[in-house]
Amino acid sequence: MDTKTLQEPKRTANTAAIEAIVEAHAGQPGALLPVLHAIQDRLAYVPDESVPIVAAGLNLSRAEVHGVITFYHLFRTTAPGKQTLYVCRAEACQAMGSRALEQHIKEKLNIDFHETTADGRFSLEPVYCLGNCACSPAVMIDETVHGRVSNDRIDELLS
Amino acid sequence: MSSADTVRVFVPSDTTARSLGADSVAEAIEAEAASRERPVEIMRNGSRGLYWLEPMIEVEVAGERLAYGPVTPDDVADLFEADFLGGGAHPKALGATEAIPYLAEQSRLTMARVGIVDPLSLDDYRAHGGYRGLENAIAMPGEAIVKAITDSGLRGRGGAAFPTGIKWNTVLGAKGDQKYVVCNADEGDSGTFADRMIMESDPFVLIEGMTIAGIAVGATRGYVYIRAEYPQSIQTMDAAIQSAQEAGLLGDSVMGGEHAFHLEVREAAGAYICGEETSLLESLEGKRGVIRFRPPLPAIEGLFGKPTIVNNVISLSSVPIILDKGADYYKDYGVGRSRGTLTVQLAGNIKQGGMVEIAFGKTLRELLYDFGGGSATGRPIRAVQAGGPLGAYVHPSLFDTPLDYEQFAQVGAMIGHGGLVVFDDTVDMGEQARFAMEFCAIESCGKCTPCRIGAVRGVEVIDRIRSGVEADANRALLRDLCGTMVDGSLCALGGMAPFPVLSVLDHFPEDLEPQH
Repeated sequence: MDTKTLQEPKRTANTAAIEAIVEAHAGQPGALLPVLHAIQDRLAYVPDESVPIVAAGLNLSRAEVHGVITFYHLFRTTAPGKQTLYVCRAEACQAMGSRALEQHIKEKLNIDFHETTADGRFSLEPVYCLGNCACSPAVMIDETVHGRVSNDRIDELLS
Repeated sequence: MSSADTVRVFVPSDTTARSLGADSVAEAIEAEAASRERPVEIMRNGSRGLYWLEPMIEVEVAGERLAYGPVTPDDVADLFEADFLGGGAHPKALGATEAIPYLAEQSRLTMARVGIVDPLSLDDYRAHGGYRGLENAIAMPGEAIVKAITDSGLRGRGGAAFPTGIKWNTVLGAKGDQKYVVCNADEGDSGTFADRMIMESDPFVLIEGMTIAGIAVGATRGYVYIRAEYPQSIQTMDAAIQSAQEAGLLGDSVMGGEHAFHLEVREAAGAYICGEETSLLESLEGKRGVIRFRPPLPAIEGLFGKPTIVNNVISLSSVPIILDKGADYYKDYGVGRSRGTLTVQLAGNIKQGGMVEIAFGKTLRELLYDFGGGSATGRPIRAVQAGGPLGAYVHPSLFDTPLDYEQFAQVGAMIGHGGLVVFDDTVDMGEQARFAMEFCAIESCGKCTPCRIGAVRGVEVIDRIRSGVEADANRALLRDLCGTMVDGSLCALGGMAPFPVLSVLDHFPEDLEPQH
């Protein structure tokens, strides 16, 4: 038997914050998504060390917690760049040239989707609709949506 | 510091207006007014939904609202120079807002207050007819409320068009110590933004609709499941729920009466499948958004195994006006079995994109050309995807089809949530067919094989056709695969993702040829 799993996990700078979040949500029906959101809002990602803490606090198995984290596109298990750029890949944006915009952004940042620039400034994520479909193509930087985005406009936003 | 000569200026604050710089316009107006010592009161309304004119500001002159747009910060000094505060002439002047044909020709029932009121002002909401529906409902037995919804002919506006009254009646008749009302605000279909508009521009109408639903069926708890891609909707709904609680419109005693109704926002996490109602319920329970077998129906065993109403934002937001003005008032709009109004969203490559709420019955052509003004690029429209990423691409030869659930179904299309995504003649329909399968592969919950494997195979088969590998045999295989997915998938994702693909095979076969 692997004895590593039985050892008390090492505490990190994030441990207390994760424990406090779990405690604050314990008792809430269906608390797992709110807990994971709270962790990600606080730490910008869901560190692996969250899994056993959340599992114990919400009376779930680690497999269940891991399964939920990996099912949803939004949750990430590694630290993102300073800002996250979400580029809409859905049909309304396609109709207004988002495929070319997507290519331009990837070349400009020199990364693919789900990657972070070498200087740590931007993470790039695809998104399937921002609900800004009358003013396509659209991107979102952190929580700010931009409409009718041209190559020049994105260069401006990323500079 | 408001005085008699203070002019009210409305600057929209919804996501789309802000995505086009509305905040900078508001700042510029404030700064310019201060430097000219002109007292203005800047109101941040939602958006009227005339998105091609955003940011579209309005000034109130002699009790009437006059519009100017689209306004950039650079226009502001010029607007002051032209005395826009007094309704002065300017190249960006659009006249009285209500008289703009795009708006004047609509029938705004569900969206009656959208863009007019301050989204977070309960006083404004009430001053524009808000909470009259709930006042009536509170005095009615649950059966009578459900009957009003049934009589109105309202059908689920999320896409499936299931009669709302029948769903409510099932929950009403189901036994349970706890029942729930769940609002599906996981508006993931491209080309749709009606739910977002309601949540950001008139959140109280959704709260009121959900409260009425709760009272009707005896549910004391509700959840609004909002997609994470809509941060502003989440913030606005949260704030509105807080205000409604403080005003005694939610909580242990709604309007001081015997009914309790508690409401909470839950944030989704970027999975398209969670727009499917059983997957949504799993997600609310804190699980992977894997769909459930039906039966049991959510109306019998829904959230946490209890009887649950699951309705879309627009369906629930149409409830207050039905309870306020009566089932007949609502039913008088529309045609055939499609009663009331549809919130059409004109999106993609369209000159005049935005929200058009109209009675069922107008043709697609009227929407695209009379309201939409044709494509944004000025090129011919080649295809329109109706009803989201699982909807067929409609060929121009079918543009005279009236907006009616049944007539759309007859031509192999669907109205769905009312989203219309327009493409001009530069579109490569083969690429669109491929994307339909790719999207299904990315978003499949993985529960059933036709969807999980079929979508991946679909992409591969389309790639083979396009690269000239046994094109005829692979086209036949693609049709066969689509049939398997349609007939064998457990839910609408795998079951309908083939529709756009089949529509390309049927109507745009020249685009599913080997690429050179």
